[in-house]
Amino acid sequence: MIRLNIGQTIRKSMEKNIIAVLSGKGGTGKTMVSVNLACILPGAAYSDCDVEEPNGHLFFKPTQLSEKNVDILIPKIDREKCTGCTKCVDFCKFNALAYVGKVLVFEEICHYCGGCTIVCPEKAITETNYNIGKIVQGFFERTKVISGFLNVGAISGVPIIKEIHKQIKEERNTVIVDCPPGSSCAVMESIQASDYCILVSEPTIFGAHNLDMVYRLVKLLNKKCGVILNKCDGNYNPSEDYCLENDINIIARIPYDSELSDINGNGKIAVKESDLYRGVFQDIIKEIEKVLS
Amino acid sequence: MIIAIPVDENNEKTLTCISYGRAPYYLIFDTDSEKVEYVQNTAAESAGGAGIKAAQILVNNKVNILLTERCGQNAADVLIAGKIKIYKALHVQAMTNLKAFLKGELEELRDIHPGYHGHKD
Repeated sequence: MIRLNIGQTIRKSMEKNIIAVLSGKGGTGKTMVSVNLACILPGAAYSDCDVEEPNGHLFFKPTQLSEKNVDILIPKIDREKCTGCTKCVDFCKFNALAYVGKVLVFEEICHYCGGCTIVCPEKAITETNYNIGKIVQGFFERTKVISGFLNVGAISGVPIIKEIHKQIKEERNTVIVDCPPGSSCAVMESIQASDYCILVSEPTIFGAHNLDMVYRLVKLLNKKCGVILNKCDGNYNPSEDYCLENDINIIARIPYDSELSDINGNGKIAVKESDLYRGVFQDIIKEIEKVLS
Repeated sequence: MIIAIPVDENNEKTLTCISYGRAPYYLIFDTDSEKVEYVQNTAAESAGGAGIKAAQILVNNKVNILLTERCGQNAADVLIAGKIKIYKALHVQAMTNLKAFLKGELEELRDIHPGYHGHKD
């Protein structure tokens, strides 16, 4: 990285980074943090990879919308060629196939691995498109907003998250990735390409337990990370204790504040409504820049 | 005809298992030979699609009748396609349900539920 004067150094390090925001436990404040960071960083994009319940767009209310369907391939059986050997049924680890005189395909259970098409000795299985959701892109002022929507009943949002990441790769500026809760396949897919992971936690035992789960995940994937302790009320904070015990960088402590809760509850963006929170999120950006430079 | 009942244990005193797809065993009774045998339900440990795999096991065992307290939609799709009739069992010993069925006292299962999809009820 080229060392110029301080202002130019900061701009260079934040030129293009993918910053993932995750938490383990739902409701700790991932979307609040992601939306506000994307808003305060000039030219940054926001992407909502919590495709089962995307909600960032509720704050941005983006316009100039464009949609793209996401389809996956599921098995289609040629009954003329099928001999009823049941190799496909035996192969499918997800139990999406059954044989009752003919092969039945359960599309909502299929994990689209394509394995059955390979194991069929008669080449009786081909693949056909099945729509599982869509990606909607729009703009809020100068922030690009990319949201993934998984259809109700579809088994896995991973293909949508993969498609979102294809778009993210094309972005020239920093992208904030709002991840799903938990530490599942969808979360792993959401953080694969990230340069930095923000772990958002709250001062409860359950919050600390989930913080441990996602911290171990980001460590496993060798990701740089830092923790935002949200909803701090000055009392017992097992998440803070966890960070101190494990020498994890705490990049911010956000108070348990009814003003912030009102702003959020009304679907508004804190950095646009409050100078105090504008300052809080600017400080968070500076902390992350220090690590990434 | 061959009758199947999801059960907790593989012995004659066993209770009927409340779950169909994740029952540990199926009691299989052949009315011709009057023999009782117990088949392990390998679907019980599946992450997903347990009902489908459980139904496949019954189809493979040439079952004609299933006595169960409940049944999910995916399992029902396979059972119906496999021409297996489903009757509503009570939460009593499996043998009690079997005797009740043979006397014509059980009704067909009408309320197929959407499926628990790996979650407890």
